[in-house]
Amino acid sequence: MEFDAVLLARIQFAFTITFHIIFPSFTIGLAAFIATLLVRWRITGQEHLHRLARFWTKIFAVSFAMGVVSGVVMSYEFGTNWSHFSVVVGNVIAPLIGYEVLTAFFLEATFLGIMLFGWSRVSPNLHVLSAVLVAIGTSLSAFWILAANSWMQTPAGHEIRDGIAYPVDWIAIIFNPSFPYLFAHMFTACYLTTSLVVLAVGARYLVAGRFLEEGRTMLRMGLGMVAILTPLQMYIGDASGINAEKHQPEKIAAIEAHWDGNKPGDLVLFAIPNEEEERNDYEISIPNGASWIITHSAEGLFPGLKDFARDDRPPVIPVFFAFRIMVGMGMLMLIAGWVGAWLWFRGRLWTTKWYLGIAQYVWPIGFIAILAGWYVTEIGRQPWIAYGILRTADAASPVAPSAVLTTLVLFVLVYACIFAMGIYYINRLIEYGPKGAAAATPQALPSRPLAVASDAAHEAMEEK
Amino acid sequence: MDPIALWLPIVWAAIIGTAVALYVVLDGFDLGLGILFPFEPSESRRDVMMNSVAPFWDGNETWLVLGGGGLFVAFPLAYSIIMPGLYLPIIIMLLGLVFRGVAFEFRWAAKPKHELWDIAFAGGSIVAAFMQGVVLGGFLQGIEVKNNAFAGGPLDWFAPFPLFTGLAMLAGYALLASTWLIMKTEGPLVEQARGWAKWLLLVVLVIMVIISLWTPLAFERIAERWFSWPNILYLSPLPLLTAGVAFLCWYGLSTGREAMPFFSAVGLFLLGFLGLVISNVPYLVPPSITVWEAAAVPESQIFTLVGVLIMLPIILAYTAFVYWTFRGKVREGEGYH
Ligand code: HDD
Ligand code: HEM
Ligand code: HEM
Repeated sequence: MEFDAVLLARIQFAFTITFHIIFPSFTIGLAAFIATLLVRWRITGQEHLHRLARFWTKIFAVSFAMGVVSGVVMSYEFGTNWSHFSVVVGNVIAPLIGYEVLTAFFLEATFLGIMLFGWSRVSPNLHVLSAVLVAIGTSLSAFWILAANSWMQTPAGHEIRDGIAYPVDWIAIIFNPSFPYLFAHMFTACYLTTSLVVLAVGARYLVAGRFLEEGRTMLRMGLGMVAILTPLQMYIGDASGINAEKHQPEKIAAIEAHWDGNKPGDLVLFAIPNEEEERNDYEISIPNGASWIITHSAEGLFPGLKDFARDDRPPVIPVFFAFRIMVGMGMLMLIAGWVGAWLWFRGRLWTTKWYLGIAQYVWPIGFIAILAGWYVTEIGRQPWIAYGILRTADAASPVAPSAVLTTLVLFVLVYACIFAMGIYYINRLIEYGPKGAAAATPQALPSRPLAVASDAAHEAMEEK
Repeated sequence: MDPIALWLPIVWAAIIGTAVALYVVLDGFDLGLGILFPFEPSESRRDVMMNSVAPFWDGNETWLVLGGGGLFVAFPLAYSIIMPGLYLPIIIMLLGLVFRGVAFEFRWAAKPKHELWDIAFAGGSIVAAFMQGVVLGGFLQGIEVKNNAFAGGPLDWFAPFPLFTGLAMLAGYALLASTWLIMKTEGPLVEQARGWAKWLLLVVLVIMVIISLWTPLAFERIAERWFSWPNILYLSPLPLLTAGVAFLCWYGLSTGREAMPFFSAVGLFLLGFLGLVISNVPYLVPPSITVWEAAAVPESQIFTLVGVLIMLPIILAYTAFVYWTFRGKVREGEGYH
């Protein structure tokens, strides 16, 4: 492997986007969760919902800040690291990102100010509206960036002249063949991830015997979402795979570690794919299982890796394992959600210590699944950066490797520091819980004295 | 040239110019507060300084994304040359913005042990502001291009002119921030800020004079632009106007006005920006690639232009709404969170 600018740029991009996506995965769902809490509070008037919303808003603020700063970096990396990519597909990709800035980033960034600091500055309804607008903004942002990314997987609606992609039909570009699947799958993934965090925090409080009212609400809301969304997510994932089979057969061959397209595919549960000798070592598999999933027939055929030239194949090992990690996490979610739902149904949820004890540790599995899923999608697209149009190796900027290496080292140092501190502060906020200062109204600027007084009164009532 | 191919790139250049100007002014006073941070040791006044921009900084920074994104949309070729051409300053600037951005949230989460985030806020702002100046200087100085791609070295920006514009940016942002404090805060902090602002105004004026002399002396095309007849006639109001606005700023500072210094400092920035635009029109990558040569196909420019025309007024409206919501002065002792 040569240690060149392309390789360094890839490592740098993979590192920075991996860092970035952790935060949107959480904030997209959390914005919606907070908006839901606030709407429910407006309707029912239950104070603990308001307290919960204020508590999660603090955590949201920390996570959102990390999402924003790492996102601004991403938006420049197309030019700094992938300048040839920008020239070849810029006519198509850039307007999608432009729309993301115009419709999503400004909306979320501006109303964030009111959401965080407007508690007693604007009327409650306007404040709730701001939270809803932030949630809409984060969802729109996912819409556009997935339009861009799915176009890179399954380009459509363009024509190539002199090696450069030109837009022909914008609707076909945005709603390209993989877009509906990738968007639905990612969007559900974000809600699942947030629900798992909410569920885990609720369980943590119940185990510790603190904030029981809030803890129960969190557990109920988180659990309900996980129990319903996990099967849905599995269904969408399956549909996404069947769709990918039609447009990116190499990717599916790598996911299934399927070498010989002349035979039906086995469902490989475990193996070490051997790329040199084009076979699987230590394979444990269910005969014809993959053919069942993908073609819905035990004898169905789909292309194997040997059907593609060696340098048109994606790296098999990372795609294969990342896929199994994602699906494995999905299984864990299903167990966590359905066992919990069953206990709930039997009325034993609050008293089943072992379940709560385990549930407080489920928070990372959504993040792991999302990262693994993106690794499947992105590495499975290799060696292409825009499938069939431009190879990753040809997309990089004419930048000196030393410069890329320097910034890579800086990114690792800076992000490691920020990440460690961010997690530490979020954990501290959770440890502190929805009470006192953590749930007090944030005030950046003078607020209406009345509101402050009424908050103080609430606090005094809680003390009792 | 047909009118669409002639005008679209001009319209887009104007949009990007507006985004960059808005960014420089809006995030300018945010970043400036970080630059002033080391000069204000009191914790409660530092709180006030940060609180005065806490609800706005994220929206302000988004103009930077629009500027960069707009360049990518409308002029992918220029984007693909400028970004690698100024690789190190841009990435270091972004890392500076990372520190200062998270400091807004981390600083209160860390209290009472927040010293680290004071340093991160000040350091991040200073690095980001300096590097923005370097990017500007490196851009004006010219980027080496061969076959429509960047062909220079990684340290081309490490030259006297970009380093000087880096320092200039620090002074300019600090001026914006100190006049912002005069407008948005009260008590001893205002006295303090007025003192800073007077000095900074003088420094900024000296810098503007130096840049106005340096650029035509160093770059023939700029001398040509300003001093050939009849340009000199048409362009002479600009320096006069600048002098007038500078006087207003000084006058506002000396007579204790609250808003006048800030708005005239903004005016100074905009006039300086206009001057630079005049020096470089029609080049997008001086001195080799013009707006027309770098333009994306009209299909892409028009598609996004529709979005800009619809969304920009809406964005400006709700931005104004948020500033209006958080109008008034920030007082000491008022908690951040
Ligand atoms: C599925 C969602 C998703 C994905 C795949 C990405 N982002 Fe992102 N991004 C978001 C979802 C998001 C988000 C939810 O809108 C933000 C706002 C705050 C946060 O935590 O994430 C965000 C913030 C954010 C910002 C700051 C916006 C602001 O100022 O408010 C920028 C510039 C980007 N992103 C750019 C990118 C780029 C260039 C990406 C790809 C290479 C990318 N994001 C992948
Ligand atoms: C959000 C979650 C995402 C994750 C975790 C992710 C992860 C990755 C990884 C690991 C690679 C490296 C693959 C390799 O080199 O083998 C990669 C490549 C890439 N991805 Fe993504 N990606 C994400 C989203 C996106 C989006 C939304 C876009 C664009 C709109 C994008 C554009 C790219 C580009 C340009 C490359 C460069 C090719 C390369 O590095 O090999 N990615 N991504
Ligand atoms: C268990 C059943 C699941 C199946 C069959 C499945 C299937 C797939 C497939 C085939 C892809 C690749 C799509 C492509 O590149 O064209 C994918 C990607 C992905 N998966 Fe899954 N998945 C499952 C569960 C999950 C879970 C539980 C999560 C997260 C909570 C998740 C998150 C993702 C993400 C984020 C991607 C990348 C981008 C995207 O498709 O939106 N998946 N999944």
